[in-house]
Amino acid sequence: MSFVGQPIERIEDLRMLRGRGKYVDDLHRDGMLHAAILRSTIPHGRIRAIDTAAARAMPGVRAVFTAEDIAPGAAKVPVIPVRLMPIEQLEPFVQPVMAKNKVRYVGEPIAIIVADTLAQAEDALDVIEPDIEPLPPVPDREAAQTNRSILIEEAGTNIPISYVATKGDALAATAPYVRRERLSTGRHSAVCLEPRGLLASWDGAKTKLTIEGVAKVPFQSRRTIAKNMDLPEDCIEMIEYDVGGGFGVRGEFHPEDFLIPFMARKLGRPVKWVEDRRENLLAANHSRQIDAELEIVCEKSGRIVALRGKLWVDMGAYARANGTMVPRNAAQMMSGPYRIPNIHIQSTMLVTNKTPVGTYRGPGRFEADFFRERMFDIAARDLGVDPVEFRRMNLATKEEMPFPLATLNLPEKKEELDSGIYEIALDRCLKEFGWSEKQKLQGKLIEGRYHGIAVGCFIEGGAAGPRESARMVLDPDGGVSVFVGGTSVGQGLETVMVQIAADALGLPMESIRIFHGSTTCVTEGFGSYHSRSTVMSGSAVLLAAEALKERLREAAAKRLGCSAKDVVIGKGLAASYGGKSVTLKDVAADGISVESTFHNHRHTYANGTSAAHVSVDPKTGHVRLIDYVTVEDIGHIVNPLLATGQIVGAVVQGLGGAFLEHLQYDENGQFLTASLADYLLPISTDFPSVRAFVLEDAPSPINPLGTKGAGEGGIVSVGGVIANAVGAALAPLGAIPRRLPLTPPSVWQIIQDARKAG
Amino acid sequence: MRVQFELNGKPVEVDALPRTHLADCIRHQLMQTGTHVGCEHGVCGACTVIVDGAAVRSCLILAVQVEGSKVTTVEGLSRDDDLTPLQKAFRKHHALQCGFCTPGMITTAHALLTEEPDADRDRIREVLSGNICRCTGYVNIIEAVYEAREAYRSGVGK
Amino acid sequence: MKFPAFEYAAPSTLAEAVSLLAAGRGTAKALAGGQSLLPAMAFRLAMPSMLVDLRKLKELQKITVSEDGARLGAGVRWRDIEDDARLRTAQPLLAAAIEHVAHYQIRNRGTVGGSLAHADPAAEMPGIAVTCDAEIRVLGPKGERIIAAGHFFTGALSTTLADDELIVEVSMPAWPAKRRWGFEELARRRGDFALAGIATFYDIDVGGCATNTHIGVIGACMCPHRVPQAEKALNGRVVDETTIQAAARALEEALEPPSDLHASAAYRRSLAGTLLERALQHAAK
Repeated sequence: MSFVGQPIERIEDLRMLRGRGKYVDDLHRDGMLHAAILRSTIPHGRIRAIDTAAARAMPGVRAVFTAEDIAPGAAKVPVIPVRLMPIEQLEPFVQPVMAKNKVRYVGEPIAIIVADTLAQAEDALDVIEPDIEPLPPVPDREAAQTNRSILIEEAGTNIPISYVATKGDALAATAPYVRRERLSTGRHSAVCLEPRGLLASWDGAKTKLTIEGVAKVPFQSRRTIAKNMDLPEDCIEMIEYDVGGGFGVRGEFHPEDFLIPFMARKLGRPVKWVEDRRENLLAANHSRQIDAELEIVCEKSGRIVALRGKLWVDMGAYARANGTMVPRNAAQMMSGPYRIPNIHIQSTMLVTNKTPVGTYRGPGRFEADFFRERMFDIAARDLGVDPVEFRRMNLATKEEMPFPLATLNLPEKKEELDSGIYEIALDRCLKEFGWSEKQKLQGKLIEGRYHGIAVGCFIEGGAAGPRESARMVLDPDGGVSVFVGGTSVGQGLETVMVQIAADALGLPMESIRIFHGSTTCVTEGFGSYHSRSTVMSGSAVLLAAEALKERLREAAAKRLGCSAKDVVIGKGLAASYGGKSVTLKDVAADGISVESTFHNHRHTYANGTSAAHVSVDPKTGHVRLIDYVTVEDIGHIVNPLLATGQIVGAVVQGLGGAFLEHLQYDENGQFLTASLADYLLPISTDFPSVRAFVLEDAPSPINPLGTKGAGEGGIVSVGGVIANAVGAALAPLGAIPRRLPLTPPSVWQIIQDARKAG
Repeated sequence: MRVQFELNGKPVEVDALPRTHLADCIRHQLMQTGTHVGCEHGVCGACTVIVDGAAVRSCLILAVQVEGSKVTTVEGLSRDDDLTPLQKAFRKHHALQCGFCTPGMITTAHALLTEEPDADRDRIREVLSGNICRCTGYVNIIEAVYEAREAYRSGVGK
Repeated sequence: MKFPAFEYAAPSTLAEAVSLLAAGRGTAKALAGGQSLLPAMAFRLAMPSMLVDLRKLKELQKITVSEDGARLGAGVRWRDIEDDARLRTAQPLLAAAIEHVAHYQIRNRGTVGGSLAHADPAAEMPGIAVTCDAEIRVLGPKGERIIAAGHFFTGALSTTLADDELIVEVSMPAWPAKRRWGFEELARRRGDFALAGIATFYDIDVGGCATNTHIGVIGACMCPHRVPQAEKALNGRVVDETTIQAAARALEEALEPPSDLHASAAYRRSLAGTLLERALQHAAK
């Protein structure tokens, strides 16, 4: 029996269900101290002085450091480099790990306190007196664009860079139907249930820095820490345990990733830091806030000729480690699974006095799909074309694979969709949703509520390269330990890797031990992001399994008196020749260990279709989600239980973004949503009917598993499908949704606006 | 202040500052880290424990307030040799991903099903509306708790 | 978000509790369920020098139902109200409103007294107290006094309760069996504070007209209050669609709702009007 393809129950659950998961705040180390960070409450200002004398005298306080202590005098404070798509234009916009001369967002670190207990550290935060001269705020993109108040003087502008995604000649394209719209998405963040944290320990005698509680991209973070702390990389060990969610935000380099190890080395004591929820909302990467002005150009039949326009991405105050992905993806991925022959999307980054932006699940894609699908429904309605047929006639076909997307610049990036039969997911979704029945409700007023349905198609990119490694070691008891560079964010990595390894080795799953993420696991790992780990770590596991079997043959050959190629590997990895065999236990003493690397330079593209049914109360603006269905083709299903779990979880996050979530600032750049009572996450009663189905009709040709990254597709289509469903419901009133989130007050407002206009 | 109470069936005694909340006391003084702290302002439910039979937010109770009380955490609802019926249902339905909200879900579900083993899906959803999960989207959690009712009806869930 | 330091006491008698509050000279606070006070302390918005824990005062946890009405001790929890079947018929408006309060775990701790003292403008209990003309019995160093609910709330998070006073009990007047009532609120998610909420009741006179109309608003105001202008639109008239609409418009005109990051004043005003329509339509059935 094969494990891959089965709904295997998770290995991780055995400890997590019993409360035996190990998360960073569960760790204790002898002599451990606790850190707390003082954060600016002023959005934009010049730091004149920070008086820490009173704080240093507080009970239990061991140290209080400002940027002046970290980099005295003319020395430069270490910065967080741009990890993804670095380019010269972004250099002036990188963030120092602590503010020295200026503060540029509410939440920017300005001091760090280390004390015997966290409560004592927080007490000391209260008595630090920062003297900051306020400067004119740059609270939003309109203010940023004027360049009247400049955030980063060395740069001389609030506009670091504009990307352009092009295909064909969209600017010159003409056709009978042209429609321009302005659309906007709100500002979101991952808001993982486990707050971020680290425990750093410095061993002066061995010159060794150990950082526990890391996530996502530990090898890359190690590189940055090594450079900024002037240490060789191999003196630094990054250890990953259980991680309470990531969604793209946790694990990217933040100021604390430097500050905590730095203080541990300064004090020669282990230092633990765990952010609180207020800090998490305030200081962990934000994402998503994009304004769009787009034009769609179509034949009267609905066939799309061109999509062109501009995006403005509110990046917050600095260019963070992977922030470039938001404007880049939004531009390049906007065409989704559709054939749009002419594309010209200019995507401009702007800095403002807000928390800096990084990636959050489906970065740039959630936004782009909202813009695109919204344009589609508006166009379809104008042209009198059925919204399903509009999509169907414009979907790229199997014959056109691999299908090129628009080309991005700075640096140049070409992308192509690897495989897909998009109509299958479309038809399956319509069937599961019950589209033809539900269509009768479109725009109808039933018991005081207007009903609307909508459909949208999507792709999700995955399997980022360049490579990933897996190490396998034959254990003395005859089991196999597998080490992968992929990192866990709660997605079930352990179970999936063991399924793949068990199949490849012909062993039961119980014989395999899995380790992941830490820099002790493999020589070089690249982590988990862009839904890469099933493909990348999984494929590396396959290679390592072959390499292990090869070494087994060699070890067995010695004992069986034959050549390696004559040895037959059978069930349980028993090696035999000529009627004699050796078991794993027999050869374990040889110390067999292999490490293999899987290389990849092309992305996988899973695809799917989602449909939603809503009812809207026109008097209160309240929207009820009656049904939501997503069908996704992920190439090859390794674990259907986990795959559908990812989709449903991603959909509900998207529904949060569509209805509830918005990180808000006032007109002075003051942060307003610093608690879970203000930044609203979906709860169990909000969206009871969310259904997901996985298909495997179009395997990926680019990896031996044939599978595609599948962690983000669910979220990508939600904004567009929901806004379209609400738009369809309110079409009788002439109300047109253009902004997310669709809160009751905002839906009510567009109805009022339509009444006034009509 | 000296606080004596019963934790997972065993008497315990700690010296707790008045300002230490029950979650921190359980986690860092009694070293039971199954109970998680997700927000510290009473919204997320990850810290849910059972005090004298009632599910409560342990970040909104001071340790000193449970003097003389019976406190049950996820560790007290677990067995070494096997998963409980509630835990098995969670595993079967893939009702957890990162696992951080899970202890709070388990304690809340246990408290609910102990009193209301016939709770329907609407009631389960309503009761769990005080527990935030960012990973699963809740659908599987509701199904898991619904399936676990059987064990509580027949009395084995306790 | 660790709590700031404070002194702690858990007195065994009410008198002791009051004298501890008095000794704090305005810096001590009573701790009931802690479901509102402790989050405020977590954000260091409240930094009391002492917490006076009321958990040993069992006399505050009683619910009494008689033909004079219902008396809820300040320590009565939402859970206790939910579990007391008598209240569903004795105080149906109260029982209906309390269903909207927070979540399961909070309902096991949060108390009537705590909610009244905290005075969140969007909270249900203060709204019901005001709408039903409840009386709040309060104990201080100088003795007891009764405060009409309509005079108890003075603004967002502020009341006439002195620093050295404790709420002991709230008395809800007797509820005639034939009374018509309705409760409607809209919150962003289940258990959230209301963007607006309406509690209403009226009796029917011999002519079949509404009389003794009470209409209270939460969420669309700085503190809960009755809306006499809307009550007037109903009294002496048959409750039909026309009078309901008139009452709703009168309410909208009379309100001064706040604007915040969740909703504008204009939205809250319109929402309150819609909720009154629906509450009255429910009451009239």
